[in-house]
Amino acid sequence: MHLQVSQVCKSFGHGPKAKLVLDQVSFDLHSGQFLALVGSSGSGKSTVMRLIAGLDTPSSGSICLDGVSVRRPGSDRGMVFQKYSLYPWLTVAQNVAFGMELQQRQRQEIRERTSYFLEVVGLADAARLLPRELSGGMQQRVAIARALAAEPKVLLLDEPFGALDIQIRESMQEFLHQLWQQTGLTALLITHDLEEALLLAGQVHIMAPSPGRIVRSVAVELDRSDMAHLRVSPDFLALREELAGSLRRLEPATRR
Amino acid sequence: MPLATPRLNRTLRHPWTLGVLGVVVVLLLWLLISSSGVVDKLFLPSPQAVWQAGQTQWSSGILLKDAIASIQRVFIGFALSAGLALPIGIAMGTNVVICRLLEPLMGLIRYMPAPAFIPLLIIYFGLEELPKVLLIFIGTFFFNTLMIMDAVKFVPRELVETARTLGGRGLPILTRVVAPFIAPQVLDTYRINMASAWNLVIVAELVAATEGLGKRISLAQRFLRTDEIFVGLIVIGLIGLAIDLGFRFLMRRACSWAN
Repeated sequence: MHLQVSQVCKSFGHGPKAKLVLDQVSFDLHSGQFLALVGSSGSGKSTVMRLIAGLDTPSSGSICLDGVSVRRPGSDRGMVFQKYSLYPWLTVAQNVAFGMELQQRQRQEIRERTSYFLEVVGLADAARLLPRELSGGMQQRVAIARALAAEPKVLLLDEPFGALDIQIRESMQEFLHQLWQQTGLTALLITHDLEEALLLAGQVHIMAPSPGRIVRSVAVELDRSDMAHLRVSPDFLALREELAGSLRRLEPATRR
Repeated sequence: MPLATPRLNRTLRHPWTLGVLGVVVVLLLWLLISSSGVVDKLFLPSPQAVWQAGQTQWSSGILLKDAIASIQRVFIGFALSAGLALPIGIAMGTNVVICRLLEPLMGLIRYMPAPAFIPLLIIYFGLEELPKVLLIFIGTFFFNTLMIMDAVKFVPRELVETARTLGGRGLPILTRVVAPFIAPQVLDTYRINMASAWNLVIVAELVAATEGLGKRISLAQRFLRTDEIFVGLIVIGLIGLAIDLGFRFLMRRACSWAN
């Protein structure tokens, strides 16, 4: 799997009122990698994700998945949203099965994969519950299970824990890290939380606003065997502080 | 008695208790005023007289025949309206072009009072069933459509986009995402507009009909039978209430996730 984003620009509106929201964004994502885009609001990070998902089209530049240009949404790029991520009228199991049903897979296969992925995210006991009976963290785990069950080549996570309480956030970050190790998925995480990005991703791109662009890329090599410990380790804190400093210094570019 | 208190408490806290109490109070007031003789019997018949008139109408079969005639008109007219409003409302809610094309037109017609169409309908279609059914259609279709359109517009974008990133396209998104999401609002729309359908059938029957609850009321007026007018009004109210409760029941059964 190779996702290639090259020279992507995106502007909204037409003529003199057109607003450039993405300027020459390029990066690569390979099988098994965990990549994060970090930036404040207005840095266009969500737009990048929507373009990759095929929910929007770039104004210029190209996005290719395994050499094929992305034109529309498809099940090879699974997505998890921050909110309204589950269908409230379906049970947890039905939500997980939803994508596979759209793909018209065999019933038997759907049933087996549903219970497998519920097991993977640790919610086998919640199969018959409705989403409103779950906590926010559990809901996001179901959304991740549903995306994975549809067998995407890459998992796109758009601020998946942005609406959760801080404690739940931390346990969800650990959950996601374990999931990544366990299943070998390829993931692209959008977040405004630098700590979250550094904890999870091997590669972090920092984005600046007005217009949205990548200003810094860091390869993160940290020992992630103990996350609670990692959060307070000097190496991690030093790296976080340095990057936070460079995020703070960012000023909007003058060119329009 | 200490033993009775918790039970009384529980009864008082039941959601229906106060509602029933309201009805009972009005009935008692009615009984009191009519038996005191302050108001002429011709204007305010006693509850007993109304009950008597109702029994007479029931045993002669007129009441049932009238009720069936009215209910039939409402159901045919409203079924047409609801059935057509669903696809058009969904089309307007999902497609900008269709919405821009139809919304001003519907917004305009919606404000034309449906009863004002009666003379026209009688000229076009005479005094049979068709003009009455059409009146109900005209009076509810535009409201149904616009309210369903609004429901569709409020489907969270993320729900549709999730389905698209899972490989869904076109019709399955409509039937498996949009339709279930709007179902509770659609049922509620129908419940609310059913009330106007029920109003309109009576209006149509007051103007021209051979049978129906409205017709019976206008006949009673001619003979100054206020007791029969009261029977008509109460029966109309009770049937309307039953339909409303039916919709609520349906909604609770079919859309339990939304409660």
